[in-house]
Amino acid sequence: MICCDGLVDHALLLDAGTGADAMNAVTPAIARQHAAGVRIRGLTRRFGGPAVLDRLDLDIRPGEFLALLGRSGSGKTTLLRTLAGLDPVEQGEVAAPARRAVVFQDPRLLPWKRVLRNVTLGLRGADPKGRALAALAEVGLAHRTDAWPLTLSGGEAQRAGLARALVREPELLLLDEPFAALDALTRLRMQAMVADLWQRHRCTVLLVTHDVDEAVLLADRAVVLEAGRIATEVAIPLERPRRHAGAEFAALRARLLNALGVEEDGHALAA
Amino acid sequence: MMSEAILSALPDRPATKPRPRLPPGLRRLVSPVVILLLWQAASDLGLISSRLVAPPSAIARSFVELVASGELQHNLLVSLARVGAGLGIAVVAGTALALVAGLSRRGEEIVDAPLQMVRTMPHLALVPLFILWFGIGETPKIALVALGSAFPIYLNLFAGIRGVDPRLVEAATVLGLSRGELIRHVILPGALPSALVGLRYALGVAWLSLVVGEQINATAGIGFMMMDAREFLRTDIIIVGLLVYAVLGLAADQLVRWVERRALSWRPVLLRGTA
Repeated sequence: MICCDGLVDHALLLDAGTGADAMNAVTPAIARQHAAGVRIRGLTRRFGGPAVLDRLDLDIRPGEFLALLGRSGSGKTTLLRTLAGLDPVEQGEVAAPARRAVVFQDPRLLPWKRVLRNVTLGLRGADPKGRALAALAEVGLAHRTDAWPLTLSGGEAQRAGLARALVREPELLLLDEPFAALDALTRLRMQAMVADLWQRHRCTVLLVTHDVDEAVLLADRAVVLEAGRIATEVAIPLERPRRHAGAEFAALRARLLNALGVEEDGHALAA
Repeated sequence: MMSEAILSALPDRPATKPRPRLPPGLRRLVSPVVILLLWQAASDLGLISSRLVAPPSAIARSFVELVASGELQHNLLVSLARVGAGLGIAVVAGTALALVAGLSRRGEEIVDAPLQMVRTMPHLALVPLFILWFGIGETPKIALVALGSAFPIYLNLFAGIRGVDPRLVEAATVLGLSRGELIRHVILPGALPSALVGLRYALGVAWLSLVVGEQINATAGIGFMMMDAREFLRTDIIIVGLLVYAVLGLAADQLVRWVERRALSWRPVLLRGTA
């Protein structure tokens, strides 16, 4: 069902059942957990080669903000997709809350629906429109609710994606390199916004990122994945709101960079 | 723009005093008008026999006569009804088959293979068979239109469904959309641009099938009017029929373009156009 970098074969996805069907096809393997944390035991996943995830154990406490770092191909995205219910659990155990939401690296808004309709899409319960408007206001997009997605800037589109995730009041929010495609200034603004939103919503967050600074700025704990296993785990006990400065920040940053095989001055370590 | 630049760069304009200029819209009409005048002159001088091609003046006259007698309107309505019925059947059948084949792999296996085989046959070659099956009434004419125009609709919608961005399908799945909602909100709107291209092709095929269909034992319709005129060597009426076909094809295309502009107003090209 999966091509190289985790793209789902469209036709098969349609067959295997989409929407509710697909979720049912995948979720039985993901046990529903009442506490809003995540518990992974012995998760192994391979796409016909060496294991992308190799007997992985990982816990995320309820309400914790966990950053997942790793080089390309380390299995970060596969782990996130498994938690999102997009990849099946073939081997191992995964327990995660039922209410999950994903923000992808590309905003993935439906171009033929205006921003507001994108946010209310699939939203159940009372007053979906009112809740969507509130979520859009929260990410500072109240003035763009009627816009077509293709007219939004990169930052605006990503904020709409964030509103679409938050309006579902997820217990687990999965962020797949959500700021990687944004320009540096927009990225800083978005990081501050996510820090702020998380303080208010207090959902469990898994942030997949390449950016060490981003991890230190936002997360309670950072985990470095290497060849499908956890290579390094670093607690980030800095006080919030955080700033890109200070000796502690620099020390944590250096530790994570080191774990990723990069020295502070940017040279790769000799193998 | 480019051609303008090239034209003005060419040294064929001697620096003479400025001549009075026509607006660009009218300038484009100059050469067709000249051709019509030459055609008329050649007919008047007896260089072109009216048995081969009637002069423009005669064509205009018989157009007015056909409209005045109501003959043109009557035949036009008959032809439009045939295209409408055939196209209606084609849209329903083509859409249904494309949905079955596009939305499930098993559906594709069952539906696509036979359709691809039938598609390679020129459908106009089925006329003799259709006459045997459906007689010489309205049915074979409508069936011919329906058969010909169902394929472009099926093929383009099928391709459109399969071409929907899988990342959007994934995102919608994560949002918890049911299968029905997914088809309604993601798959079908995503396939709409291709479906409309298919509809435009289908309209072209529909007119073509109508032309052929109306030349077999018809008692009304634009095609019949032309065949009837042939009996009396009325090339003027034949050309009126040709012009009517041309205008109808153009109008149908404009109609779909208009639908496209309305239904696909989210596309950036169109957004820029309206901004």
